[in-house]
Amino acid sequence: MPADLPTTTDTVKSTPMSITDTKRTLPPRAGLGLKPQHYDAILSSEPDVGFFEVHAENYMGAGGPPHRYLEAITARYPLSLHGVGLSIGADRPLDRAHLARLKQLVERYRPASFSEHLAWSTHDTGFLNDLLPLPYTPETLARVAAHVDETQQALGRRMLLENPSTYILFAESTIDEIDFLDAVAGRTGCGLLLDVNNVMVSAVNHRLDPFAYIDRFPAERVGEIHLAGYDETTDEAGDRLLIDAHGTPVKTDVIELYRHALSRTGPVATLIEWDNDVPDFATLKAEADRAEAMITAEAARRNATQTRAA
Amino acid sequence: MGTATLDLFAAALTDPRSPLPAGLTTARGDADAARFAVYRNNVHVGLTNALAQRFPVTEQLVGAEFFRGMARIYAQDHKPASPLMFEYGDDFPDFIAGFVPAAGLAYLPDVARVEAAWSRAYHAADAIALPVTTLAALAPEGLAGTRLPRHPSASLVASPYPVGSIWAAHQTEPVGAVAASRPEIVLVVRPDAVVNVHVLPAADAAFAAAVLAGQTLGEAAGQALDANAEFDFGAALVGLVTLGAFAATERG
Repeated sequence: MPADLPTTTDTVKSTPMSITDTKRTLPPRAGLGLKPQHYDAILSSEPDVGFFEVHAENYMGAGGPPHRYLEAITARYPLSLHGVGLSIGADRPLDRAHLARLKQLVERYRPASFSEHLAWSTHDTGFLNDLLPLPYTPETLARVAAHVDETQQALGRRMLLENPSTYILFAESTIDEIDFLDAVAGRTGCGLLLDVNNVMVSAVNHRLDPFAYIDRFPAERVGEIHLAGYDETTDEAGDRLLIDAHGTPVKTDVIELYRHALSRTGPVATLIEWDNDVPDFATLKAEADRAEAMITAEAARRNATQTRAA
Repeated sequence: MGTATLDLFAAALTDPRSPLPAGLTTARGDADAARFAVYRNNVHVGLTNALAQRFPVTEQLVGAEFFRGMARIYAQDHKPASPLMFEYGDDFPDFIAGFVPAAGLAYLPDVARVEAAWSRAYHAADAIALPVTTLAALAPEGLAGTRLPRHPSASLVASPYPVGSIWAAHQTEPVGAVAASRPEIVLVVRPDAVVNVHVLPAADAAFAAAVLAGQTLGEAAGQALDANAEFDFGAALVGLVTLGAFAATERG
């Protein structure tokens, strides 16, 4: 049994997970979202991709082809399990049935990483199928930390929490987003998933400096980076409004921001997210290759710096 | 705070006529309807896309624009019950049956039922299908009292319209011709990796419905004979078993 799984599955441990979870981490390479239309291409050609990431909810059926393909993929590649439905930021208890489904998936596929969002998606009327924003206050901080803690205890492993892309701000927010994420990580031992496209989207939408955001982000907590393409429109006042769209190549300004992020985090697993208007596999692979070249360049830069220092 | 804020946000999100929720702002310091509209649009587009993905033939039959409109009205009052989006729309066929603008296409709800059954079969639990050899090994005198376990993926759609033929015609590009005009009973089943949609012989309809509902072979055959004196028990049973409609029992 791997070291980071509790030996008794039903016992809730009261101590936070260890921050260093070296036995179960993604390789510092570029990865791709796994899309059903690419299953056969991947299995027949076994391309050199650092890891694959799936949305956990797409693999919560009882059986069928999704599980057969995922088993075949995970026999060949590290897996990142990325949840989009836990609603960690909601003002209600976590869905225990959903946690149980996540636990089943974690036990079946032993992913190298599990991540979820600083967002909410479930309300009285049901699941809203979007990642919705929350105010940052001492009250919401306590709630999110409790939900992250409950998730980690239920899954028996550390998780990564992703920074959101947002289009509005809440007047009642009193805590800066980075301080909020850092505090959740500090209280629960969770890691952070740094979505560099989300940083660009939120920074433009809220008149912040995206490079300053990266500079303040706790780099030592970052277990994975996400990259994606945004869309652009304007709001009622004519201000630029970026939309987190996941339907195009990563934009040039996000690539530059990613280079800056890598200089702070060092080489780290980086996912290309392309979920809408999904292109052929070769196009996705080219996006991954570009990110991987940047990871390699950062590793070389660090080696050169160390050599000079020595 | 918090609770009220997210309640207001959720209410405004799902009611297109509602004003902007209180408490929202921007870096400029004012609320902005275009920004909130991004969330509203994300929710509606996400839900209607999920339905279009699950009901592609239904969409082809009415056209993309009509489908989006119908899906949008459905999504207004039917939010997903869970984050398992492949289950979203289980009752969309019932909604279509009551959707007056679609009443001219009387077969539309049943085509949607075939599509709903298709994705349920796709995600159903895996099970080995009952082999014909096992059936042959059963003692004839015990057959009438036997209940065969339904394969977890198997379900029937019985329609007064040729819905299996309509569904099949839309699996090719360009869409094929639909020769049939009679009622059809359709078996949707995934005995292994591939979901199959079969049109069953009309004479087998009552038998298939009864036996898949868990009745004994004897009870089911009796009902089939009541409905149609020409019913051929052996052919009907071997037919269903060959298509993988039943799960293998522990003894194989």
